[in-house]
Amino acid sequence: MTALQLIFVFFKIGLVGFGGGYAMLSMIQFDCVERFSWLTIQEFSDIIAISQMTPGPISINTATYVGYTVLGFWGAVTATLSLCMPSIILMFFVIHFLMKNKDNHYVKTILQTLRPILAGLILAAALLLINKDTFFDFGFNNSNISLIIFILSFVVLYFFKVNPMWVLGFSGILGVILF
Amino acid sequence: MVRLTELFRIFFQIGAFTLGGGYAMLAMVEMQIVTKKKYIEKDEFWDLISLVQTLPGVFAINTALYVGHKLRGTKGAIIAALGASLPSFIAILLIALFFKNFKENVFVEKIFKGIRPCVIAMIFVPAVRLIKNFGKNWKILWIPFVAAFIIWWFKISPILIIAVACACTLIFEAYSYHVLKKS
Repeated sequence: MTALQLIFVFFKIGLVGFGGGYAMLSMIQFDCVERFSWLTIQEFSDIIAISQMTPGPISINTATYVGYTVLGFWGAVTATLSLCMPSIILMFFVIHFLMKNKDNHYVKTILQTLRPILAGLILAAALLLINKDTFFDFGFNNSNISLIIFILSFVVLYFFKVNPMWVLGFSGILGVILF
Repeated sequence: MVRLTELFRIFFQIGAFTLGGGYAMLAMVEMQIVTKKKYIEKDEFWDLISLVQTLPGVFAINTALYVGHKLRGTKGAIIAALGASLPSFIAILLIALFFKNFKENVFVEKIFKGIRPCVIAMIFVPAVRLIKNFGKNWKILWIPFVAAFIIWWFKISPILIIAVACACTLIFEAYSYHVLKKS
């Protein structure tokens, strides 16, 4: 049963995964954390951090990791293949159908409609990660170091456009020193 | 004509050395396929990429599929996609094998306690950038916030939201195109 769920979840994500890795994160998180509880929120945010530091697309990385956690090696293969399968199937349609009239009116309109929604999906991915475990020292009588790391990281990433890898590494060092 | 083994090698290399995904790899694909070996014309390559950008799914895999298909047909597509995905698959598998034991380590736990809030910031940044790009266009500016709120608060599947939005757009467009035009 779990194998079927794994195939279904990642096939679905591969099929409607518009808008790149970050937008797909909320989809992956929704099914793997909220719905099927294959991962905890901590594990999920850890795997995002690891994805950022290992080669390859974030969605492939999470699919492989989730598959491995749920069903071992073959789970990893199954999840990763399921994620790529819609792209392969779609390719045959696109090459025979879409390539011939490149400026497809419908595709263009759909993408335009989706753009603000995809921004919302990324926003949701960030919101879904906020909980008592990721901000474990949050509160009036607490140190709030994780909140400070969050604000610092945001400022550095947003205004100074520093490579996320450096910011992740530095946050890790801060964690070792301060916690 | 490019050999299948070389196609695999090129995309394996690209998969192994592009950190941070997506658009960082484009420059590498262009250098390997267009500039160095001239397997495709530059214009043709960027036409292909602009098509790939509109597709759902993993961008890196789609790029490999379409470039591979252009060069060596279906076989080339599969080989290129395999080459592009294998490095991250292997890397994560190795990490997954050992991470379970590492996690118990107090030192590693502290590192990840520091990293988790940073990850959240890392995802907020592109969201805020995208939303800022919409400017003061209030007609669409509410959409990201409502979409995020629906997913976050009411736990509605983001996939469902995308699917419904696609369906509504198609129906509306088809209606205004066929029905309104005739009358």
